[in-house]
Amino acid sequence: MSTRLAKGGRLIDRAAPQDFTFNGKRLRGFKGDTLAAALLANDQMLVGRSFKYHRPRGIVASGAEEPNALVNMGEGGRFEPNQRTTTTELFDGLTCTSQNHFPSLEFDIGVLNNYAARFLPAGFYYKTFIHPRAAWKHVFEPIIRQSAGLGKVPKDRDADRYEQAYAFCDLLITGGGIAGLQAALTAGKAGKRVWLMEQTAHWGGRAPVDGVEIDGTPAEAWVKNAVQALEAMENVTMRLRCMAAGSYDHGYVLADEKVADHTPGDGRPRHRLWRIRAGQIIAATGAIERPLSFAGNDIPGVMLAAAMRDYLVNWAVAPGDRTVVVTNNDDAYRTAIALKEAGLEVPVILDARATVTGDLPAKARALGIRVEAGKAIAKVKGGKRVTSVAICAQAGQGAVLEEIACDAVAMSGGWSPVVHLWSHCGGKLNWDAAQAHFAPDPARPPLNHDGSALVVTAGAASGVLLAGDVLANATAAAGGDVAPVASGPVEAAMEPVWVMPQGATIDLRMKMWLDYQNDVKVSDVQLAAREGYSSVEHTKRYTTLGMATDQGKLSNINGLAVLADSLSSPIPQVGTTTFRPPYTPVTFGALAGEARGDIFQPLRQTPIHAWHEAHNAYFEPVGLWRRPYCYPRPGETHEQAVHREVVNTRTNVGLLDASTLGKIIVKGPDAGKFLDMLYTNVMSNLGIGKCRYGLMCSEQGFLSDDGVVARIDEDTWLCHTTSGGADRIHAWMEDWLQCEWWDWQVYTANVTEQFAQIAVVGPNARKVLEKLGGMDVSKEALPFMQWADGEMGGFRVRAYRISFSGELSYEIAVPASEGRAFWDALVTAGAEFGMMPYGTEGLHVLRAEKGFIMIGDETDGTVIPQDLNLGWAISKKKADYLGKRGQERPFLASPDRWKLVGLETLDGSVIPDGSIAPAPGTNANGQRNTQGRVTSTYYSPTLKRGIAMGLVKGGLSRVGETIEMTRLDGSTLQVKIVDPVFYDKEGEKQNV
Amino acid sequence: MLILECPYCGVKAEETELAPGGEAHLKRFGPGSPDEDFEAYMFARKNPKGVHFERWRHAYGCGKWFLAARCTATLEVFGTYPAQTTEPPADIVAKIMAKRPDWKGYK
Ligand SMILES: [Zn+2]
Repeated sequence: MSTRLAKGGRLIDRAAPQDFTFNGKRLRGFKGDTLAAALLANDQMLVGRSFKYHRPRGIVASGAEEPNALVNMGEGGRFEPNQRTTTTELFDGLTCTSQNHFPSLEFDIGVLNNYAARFLPAGFYYKTFIHPRAAWKHVFEPIIRQSAGLGKVPKDRDADRYEQAYAFCDLLITGGGIAGLQAALTAGKAGKRVWLMEQTAHWGGRAPVDGVEIDGTPAEAWVKNAVQALEAMENVTMRLRCMAAGSYDHGYVLADEKVADHTPGDGRPRHRLWRIRAGQIIAATGAIERPLSFAGNDIPGVMLAAAMRDYLVNWAVAPGDRTVVVTNNDDAYRTAIALKEAGLEVPVILDARATVTGDLPAKARALGIRVEAGKAIAKVKGGKRVTSVAICAQAGQGAVLEEIACDAVAMSGGWSPVVHLWSHCGGKLNWDAAQAHFAPDPARPPLNHDGSALVVTAGAASGVLLAGDVLANATAAAGGDVAPVASGPVEAAMEPVWVMPQGATIDLRMKMWLDYQNDVKVSDVQLAAREGYSSVEHTKRYTTLGMATDQGKLSNINGLAVLADSLSSPIPQVGTTTFRPPYTPVTFGALAGEARGDIFQPLRQTPIHAWHEAHNAYFEPVGLWRRPYCYPRPGETHEQAVHREVVNTRTNVGLLDASTLGKIIVKGPDAGKFLDMLYTNVMSNLGIGKCRYGLMCSEQGFLSDDGVVARIDEDTWLCHTTSGGADRIHAWMEDWLQCEWWDWQVYTANVTEQFAQIAVVGPNARKVLEKLGGMDVSKEALPFMQWADGEMGGFRVRAYRISFSGELSYEIAVPASEGRAFWDALVTAGAEFGMMPYGTEGLHVLRAEKGFIMIGDETDGTVIPQDLNLGWAISKKKADYLGKRGQERPFLASPDRWKLVGLETLDGSVIPDGSIAPAPGTNANGQRNTQGRVTSTYYSPTLKRGIAMGLVKGGLSRVGETIEMTRLDGSTLQVKIVDPVFYDKEGEKQNV
Repeated sequence: MLILECPYCGVKAEETELAPGGEAHLKRFGPGSPDEDFEAYMFARKNPKGVHFERWRHAYGCGKWFLAARCTATLEVFGTYPAQTTEPPADIVAKIMAKRPDWKGYK
């Protein structure tokens, strides 16, 4: 069983017990425990089930690489699945439950998949996706949906808050082991602005556990001194519980600081996401121990050797009473020695190497531990816990020589440098055959903007594993030359072991796990190779090797070694899969930061917004603007409100907040020439005081934006754009002025937010303005399509006689600061004339009744003005304008193009949005031909029937024809093609 | 998240401050131009793995368009310069030639 030892544990405080629950069971640990350590201290080795076969899963590792021990943490608003117990700090009151089982962890019927393993081979998903289809739908999918899923999805709103912060430094060092600390000391003394971060809650990394001595003192003391020295440096910033998730272009690093995971509800943000810009990055990220592939290597109780040492030394937890150690290197002997010295039994060390020399094996032997060279594990026996191991020769096929009772196995297959931050932004790797791992190639680093090395590795991340080499390497990485001296035993070379025993039979290989979480075995990778998967990236996806939440931290090298062997290719030729951020998962809350709820995104509000809110406006988003869609009265639906607003505008007078309309001033000696290039028609000859509707096209000739242009004075024009288009069009103008016609003297200013603009619309519009008093707004003084500056009700105004409704209409601009007051004055003045505000939907209905197009409804980036019968707004005289050459392309002159028409049903009903007009035959892809579609469709309260606009092949030449249209649900309706102007075809009402 | 120095205001701008504008040094072909020229102007883009000239606007800074020469593979930046030019400045060309002897030129 696994237990807490009576003494020891460098990280725990026995005076501070912490109570927690696992699957409802009340357990106790100590302050300083990880959740994994506390579970093991309570003999809770079985912590979960695997994804596919639901096999019992125990704790394998002690850090971020843990593939098995994931739990659902917390409850309610603090529930979060897939939390690694090995990196979760224990706190009093912690609750967690295990994952992937039904109905319980101890008894899981999903384990039946285990016995069906031969029906769930590599590529199972792909194979069943293909055929038979019915089987997928009725058999596989229901089973997979029932059994799949890592953890549960949180149901409640996240109770915590998250924040993001920016930081800048000369040097970012990730990893707070002795390499990171030494690099920080070196760079800190040199005066660099240094950031040093460590993902765990402690500085020092492995060295204190491994008993390293540095400059004659134990590593523990050296670490303490180093931390003190760094804390005293003003130019060094240190962060614990901070994981560098990814490195990106030009020294951009995202790091997730777990501020309050271990103190939930204390008011601090749960995580802080650092967005760091570093001049250079030193990755002192250490190395991860590899498992060995032997049969039964996934049975709870089988652990990485160094992890077992961590539990013993850091938390005084013995994962087993009798531990068999199996290794291909000297480092695992440290575990055997530590276990023995703690009074635990180590019945045998199985060393796959034929000869075993070196200081550590000598010490183990001296302690009386039996060391077997050239031996391997044939099979681990046990169900939910290891009960024994069968021993065989590494060189053979697995004939059992002896069976040894034990309750734990410590395995070590060698160490792989953590190269993620190096590789994220393009650093290349070399295969180190002696140590059987990929290590960064210093000659091919990721580059910074100036071509220098953006990332440098230090310590074990560089592929150097002995403490003395680590310190020398880290010192050099930070530009120093005097490294501390570390002493330690001489270690003999490791020998790669990818399958144990070497000639293992298929029944053994089917029990050798590579990826514990996703249940990928040696036999699966070999099957993939036989089926033709020679690319490691393809094999990964086919077998799901390395695709679990641990992203293959343990499985990748072992998996690709098996693949390489199956393909008879050298390992470096097979290569690695791509390392992608994040290093360990980052919770969505941290990535979202404060951007949630009301401050999800910045909102734009007009100066009149508060009035709209006070008058029950129902808002709709228009870009970042929030505009009133309608103003429902008590008991009214939105539809009823829109109809009332439209009818009132046509019969009395309506008031519209048009402040969002884009307003761009274009000024300068060449402004007229510039606008003639920008618009399809001529703007340079527009008279001062006059307004003209204009169209802008992309260089391809497609309609991009429209609006009314007003000539202000000799060299000033004011261009109105669509509400959503103001910023885009302003940028478009600047692009042409700065990059193409930079010698033209033109100045532009986007003054959209400097003015409130209010439309007073309807037969009574003039009466309202006259009631307000001031400037002459008569037909004679201010005719249609003209503007005038003046004073109105005491306000400084600019009044435009323009209309998007077909009614008598004034759009009146006032300084933004006076917008609300002016609106209030209009509301008061309009009361006796039946004035009501109307919203954007009313605006849409009014314009559709008049057949006015709307950018984004009638246009979609493939429509030219000519398609919309707007040829009249295109100058034939101008030699050039943006889009003219594009419009010269022959296909745009085709008579087959879809053109704007009006559409109405035979019974007056409304054509559903999204309806299309099918045509006989099929196209080259075998799809049904079409001849048109609806672009805008409304109920017209003015005409009391449905009206619509659409684009139909042949356009207006087909007026009078009845065609069939198909609704989205596939049903059909008969539609008549009509003129798109449904109301006041002569345009008399707006010109009064 | 690139960093490009705005040649107008001197700010070392983060990519989030910038708006991309695609390939630089395109020649505009207007009405009456041959189809091949218009096609090249409108659609044919180099998209090299290597040296590339790009248009960027310091959109959330000074608002100016500028041009950048950089390596799309290594992200090395050879230089930035004002947009009011029809070809890369000689000093930037020289710098690229020194670092990328195989470079065939910006056209
Ligand atoms: Zn700038």
